[in-house]
Amino acid sequence: MKIKTILMGAACAFAMAPAAFAERGADGHLNIIYWQAPSTMNQYLSGGNKEQDAAALVNEPLARYDASGAIVPWLVDEVPTVENGGVSADLKTITWKLTEGLKWSDGTALTSEDVKFTWEYCTNPDGGCASSNYFDGVASIDTPDNRTVVIHFAEPKPFPYGPFVGASTPIIQKAQFENCVGAKAQECTTENFNPIGTGPFVVTDFRPNDVISFKANENYRDPNKPAFATVTFKGGGDAQAAGRSVLETGEFDYAWNLQLSPDVLASMESAGKGTVIKGFGTSVERIMINLTDVSPDLGDERGTIKHPHPFLTDINVRKALSMAIDRALLTKIGYGETGKPTCNVLPAPAIYVSTANDSCLTQDIEGANKLLEDAGWVKGSDGIRAKDGVRLSVLYQTSTNAVRQKYQAAIKQWWNQIGVEVELRNISASVFFGSDPGSNDTFQKFFADVEMYTNNFNGTDPENYMASWTCAQIPSPENQWQGNNMPRFCNEDYEALVKEMSVTGDINKRAELAKAMNDMLMQNYIMLPITHRASVSARSNTLGGVDMNVWDSQMWNVADWTRAK
Amino acid sequence: MLTFTIRRLLLAIPTLLFIALVIFSLLKLAPGDPTANVPLTVPPEVKAKMREALGLGQPNYVQFYKWLVQFFIIEPQVMIDHFFGTDFADGKLRVISWQWRGPVMDVVVQRLPQTLWVVGLSYVVGAMIAIPIGVISAYKQYSWFDQIGTFISMIGFSVPTFFTGLLLIVIFSVYLGWFPSIYDTTLVVNDWPSFVKQLKQIAMPVFVLALYNAAQISRFMRASMLDNLNQDYVRTARAKGLSERVVVLVHVLRNSMIPVVTVIALGVPGVFGGAIITEQVFKVNGIGDMLIKAIEANDLPTVQTLTFIFAFLIVIFNLIADILYGILDPRIRYD
Repeated sequence: MKIKTILMGAACAFAMAPAAFAERGADGHLNIIYWQAPSTMNQYLSGGNKEQDAAALVNEPLARYDASGAIVPWLVDEVPTVENGGVSADLKTITWKLTEGLKWSDGTALTSEDVKFTWEYCTNPDGGCASSNYFDGVASIDTPDNRTVVIHFAEPKPFPYGPFVGASTPIIQKAQFENCVGAKAQECTTENFNPIGTGPFVVTDFRPNDVISFKANENYRDPNKPAFATVTFKGGGDAQAAGRSVLETGEFDYAWNLQLSPDVLASMESAGKGTVIKGFGTSVERIMINLTDVSPDLGDERGTIKHPHPFLTDINVRKALSMAIDRALLTKIGYGETGKPTCNVLPAPAIYVSTANDSCLTQDIEGANKLLEDAGWVKGSDGIRAKDGVRLSVLYQTSTNAVRQKYQAAIKQWWNQIGVEVELRNISASVFFGSDPGSNDTFQKFFADVEMYTNNFNGTDPENYMASWTCAQIPSPENQWQGNNMPRFCNEDYEALVKEMSVTGDINKRAELAKAMNDMLMQNYIMLPITHRASVSARSNTLGGVDMNVWDSQMWNVADWTRAK
Repeated sequence: MLTFTIRRLLLAIPTLLFIALVIFSLLKLAPGDPTANVPLTVPPEVKAKMREALGLGQPNYVQFYKWLVQFFIIEPQVMIDHFFGTDFADGKLRVISWQWRGPVMDVVVQRLPQTLWVVGLSYVVGAMIAIPIGVISAYKQYSWFDQIGTFISMIGFSVPTFFTGLLLIVIFSVYLGWFPSIYDTTLVVNDWPSFVKQLKQIAMPVFVLALYNAAQISRFMRASMLDNLNQDYVRTARAKGLSERVVVLVHVLRNSMIPVVTVIALGVPGVFGGAIITEQVFKVNGIGDMLIKAIEANDLPTVQTLTFIFAFLIVIFNLIADILYGILDPRIRYD
């Protein structure tokens, strides 16, 4: 009797085993489509999101942001904080302890030397590393033993999670890239195409701008993951075709970045093969207002702070421009469910979001007219307002993009209604977002009165982002027009807040400071945020485990993806 | 004929060098920045470092000279090394793309098969359909066959490939589910099922392009046949009592082929150039796709190399067309 029971139990256990534990590679093949194809597997040489996502299957950072924006340990057991002693009290060092027994896909052990090497690789001045700013302020890295990494900062760092956290700074293997440092980084084709990683997959075939084939990493730390044995990461075509291949024909399982008009997405989704997934990160479509005079007569001093703008320096004009815009309507026609009207340039994470500016959500053409009238801007016979011979006539530029041109047309109409003449212009994205100092059409030179584009920041900490609008960041001929302060805004009070944030560690205090900065920018009307944009992707209904993440790579948890039966 | 060929080949050298210089200058004069597609979250000073690492800081003539050496000396050495196992090119810097930081020619070689499969096959299919249609349409001018043929070639001419391509995808991929809408470039054809799969995935792009090519060539063929059918030598041939078959297929067809051969030969470089739009629609990712992506990314070495290869092919196929005239028409002799 007893033996029989034991045998039965054992038999049951065997029968149950496959159901209880999914095996590595049991779910077969995964098809991912990125309509912009990755051009290299070494994201440090490209900086593009597509390369970052492809690399996320192979190379991993020490800690990641999860879908809610919280930092979670990845190659370590816990995230160092001041409380657990991982971050020193003076905020100048952070100590990471690697999880025991981690291996590279070639079977060798991951050590602290690899982490240190990654820093050396990316900060080499001749390497052209796209993530080098994440290591700003790192003075040195110590490796007391194989599993311990101590990062020393030159100054106290209230937010020490820049290096090796999130999608931008994964660890690369020292043994593989040792001879690819500096100028040689560009020439190491084999290494750049076939990196050795700690992640769930390894590259079997890389074709630039076309397709990447992966197979499961035999040395991955979780013996039951990943569920997929092989992955095809296809690139090419356009957003619509990518969406169709997941939502309508079911050829692919996951499609990235589907910036399509809301009705197109809805009709594709109605085919019933897949689901559109979205996540709101920090992307905001905004209009920048130029505070400098860009008249071509000024020659070399065009668009510099030496010459203030003839009428946009009047805050009433800027405010009126903002009041005339119907943000809700624009967002509805441009983005539908995948956008929200916003009055903040800092729209997320939740603790940093200000509610002080929400009145801008309602359009007020009458109020805008009155404001201009009171400020002395009088309508002429042509319906355009003027004061002392200065006419309210703006040149409004943006990149070529169907949604942006819709926005331009609508806004032009509203601004005409308040007596502002508008000339529209759109420039090819590769020229507009290029930083060729010889070109007059870049968004940084900003030789127009207003311009519109989207910007965001990586991770969850807004410190660097909010520091974009300091005097030092003003693009000018002296710095080859490099800099993030497009409105050329320069304000002592703002500088003080930026400085304070860089030395404040307490999270609540930081949130207050960030809100104050956001409000100052908004209430000066130097930029007019319009739409808080979501990242949009699509997954097949047979794909499980996808957790849309806007704070890290969308591929962050690809090891957990499964085939739903 | 031989001296003619040699003379033309020698003349081609300065022409090609001049073309290379013009392409280079045009690319340099056009505004653009290879780091334009890098997200805005990457700070401008980091972008400046990235540009420097690509060698953008060098003077223009140095960049042009480097490209000339890499393309005309090092790349052929690599090819020789590949076929004969030598090591002439060891450690020498090849033409490197700014997008993937790897040799441009490797990717050209990677992309050629799918372009030749799709664009090449569509060209062959198109020409094979077009010539009989052109001949019959002309022989039976204004008949039903001619009217239908004219109608179809008008459609092929006037409806753009991005429209026919999408239409086919919606019908055959979305509704019927017969063919894939996305081309699998990793497919290896080694047995019957994989061959069937390959046929399925090239069916739609080949049809779209073949329609377009056939429309063009059949028009030329028809016009040329009509010119010749009314000539005196045709009447003479008939008067000699030759059968209609011989008159049309031997006498008229051969003479009518001369302008058509020019059209076909000059179209061949286009085959290697890929079909930019159709490749995009069906995600074939061939040479055409490579070129357009490189232009979008301001990847100067890739654009320069590809456009130069096209220019080279155009010059060569012009020469081939000229030589073919001599073969088709014994009266044409260049010496």
